[in-house]
Amino acid sequence: MSEAIDTTPQEASSTPAMPPIRTYQPEDVAKVALDAHFGPARPEIFQADAILPYFARMREEAPLHYTADSDFGAYWSVTRYEDIMAIDTDHETFSSEGGITVGTPDDDFRLPMFIAMDPPRHDEQRKVVSPVVGPRNLAAMESTIRERAGDILDSLPRGETFNWVDLVSIEQTTQMLATLFDFPWEDRSKLTRWSDVATAAPGTLVANEEERRAELLECLEYFVGLWNERVNLPEPGNDLISMLAHGEATKNMEPMEYLGNLILLIVGGNDTTRNTISASVLALNENPDQFAKLRANPGLIPNMVSETIRWQTPLAHMRRTANRDVEMHGQTIKKGDKVVMWYVSGNRDPEQFENPNAYLIDRPNARQHMAFGFGLHRCMGNRLAELQLKVVWEEILKRFDKIEVVGEAERSYSSFVRGYTNLPVRLPA
Amino acid sequence: MPRIIFIEHDGTEHEIEAQSGLSLMNAAVDNLVPGIDADCGGECSCATCHVVVRDAWMAKVGKPNDREESMLDLNPERQDNSRLSCQVAVSDELDGLTVDVPEFQM
Ligand code: HEM
Ligand code: FES
Repeated sequence: MSEAIDTTPQEASSTPAMPPIRTYQPEDVAKVALDAHFGPARPEIFQADAILPYFARMREEAPLHYTADSDFGAYWSVTRYEDIMAIDTDHETFSSEGGITVGTPDDDFRLPMFIAMDPPRHDEQRKVVSPVVGPRNLAAMESTIRERAGDILDSLPRGETFNWVDLVSIEQTTQMLATLFDFPWEDRSKLTRWSDVATAAPGTLVANEEERRAELLECLEYFVGLWNERVNLPEPGNDLISMLAHGEATKNMEPMEYLGNLILLIVGGNDTTRNTISASVLALNENPDQFAKLRANPGLIPNMVSETIRWQTPLAHMRRTANRDVEMHGQTIKKGDKVVMWYVSGNRDPEQFENPNAYLIDRPNARQHMAFGFGLHRCMGNRLAELQLKVVWEEILKRFDKIEVVGEAERSYSSFVRGYTNLPVRLPA
Repeated sequence: MPRIIFIEHDGTEHEIEAQSGLSLMNAAVDNLVPGIDADCGGECSCATCHVVVRDAWMAKVGKPNDREESMLDLNPERQDNSRLSCQVAVSDELDGLTVDVPEFQM
């Protein structure tokens, strides 16, 4: 990688057709026909926060459901906790290689990343980077995280309305990522931008797919610079880039593979945690009794964090591709079919979680949520995410008795990233 | 009932009586032994019920199967005697079994 890298895509062919941006038209969910024209992978339903009733019906009436045509092509939906667990843990039958979201990646701009690989390559690459977000390293980083979280909270305006997403959630996770990558501090907002662009629907943050690619290639160039600075240092640093540059399994990565793994870590470490931080404020506002319980007993913070992750499910789904024909619920998933595991539905499955739509910070089995997935691909950054949330809330409770949500939350246009773009709040003056 | 001894990272011992047939994980959780998270509830799919079996017991406890092995292998801190406690069944043979609970679950 220390040679000059040509970052123009090999075949900069025509931009693929992208699904149109739609607006949700409210309908009577009980009357919707759950036939092959129906499918839950519709970003507008998620943006309108109207998806849960659809999943409740699917779990009951169509736990394995086939959508024949959609903006994302044909796919199966799996909505019960138990079924999702069975698929997530059977990586031999259900492969990650074909892509891990319902939208198929483009052939000429496929970013290889270990989240979308099967063993043995997956295991080799994951092992290189996992120690950096492992609990041992995190214990060493906790005081830095705490200090930075404190600074962010101390700088917030009092007695006026501001967007919690921008000033706290994004800032907190961006600083965390910059720390993990040992990324030039003054440029850290680039990380947020790249993370957003990587998962953005064209027409939202970027005008089209071409623009999206151009920005991601900029990201690659920037990181190639950091790689080149660090690859020849005699003592490898303890940051993610140095680990990739020095790791046996990763040091000979192709540029696109490097980009893929960076995007994985940037998106994995950014959006998800950011949206959980926002969700915690929203959920505790919607449930003032729970907020009171938390203030009275800060020891509940870790369980509150798990319950928030369950309630929010920041990644609504992961997708697999069947390696062979599989019988399930009296139907046949054909070899090559896309199978979408709707974690957001599994996390509201009453068979697994009593009173699943309630937000209960002392829910006994909150930790058994499936928002981190299960099996070989189980979230690598789960302990980091939990730690950030825990520290942020410990620091919040030291400072404010009240964070008041003063307007409607605005949500992301995506059936993959389940998150917020705006959460207007006010702190007492 | 067989006795099982869990030793925490800081040396604290927890001796419990476990019912034969239950998993070691269930026995630990039921008896509030700290340090076993068991996020997947015993499905061999989260690896947060990791324990390290004392050498003397390894022959009786046995090796992990392939599936458990692949989950264990995700943990950079796994050891030769590592097992996922949800995959070990308590039996009379294991009376006196001693396992270490690692400092961190991944
Ligand atoms: C609340 C926050 C988070 C949620 C809900 C979340 C969720 C997920 C999910 C659902 C998966 C895929 C699981 C599967 O396919 O079975 C995953 C994988 C992954 N996550 Fe997270 N994540 C979070 C935070 C993080 C953070 C902070 C990082 C930091 C680096 C991270 C890095 C990764 C990586 C690298 C993978 C790929 C693992 C693999 O394929 O082996 N995640 N995450
Ligand atoms: S409890 Fe999840 S692997 Fe044992």
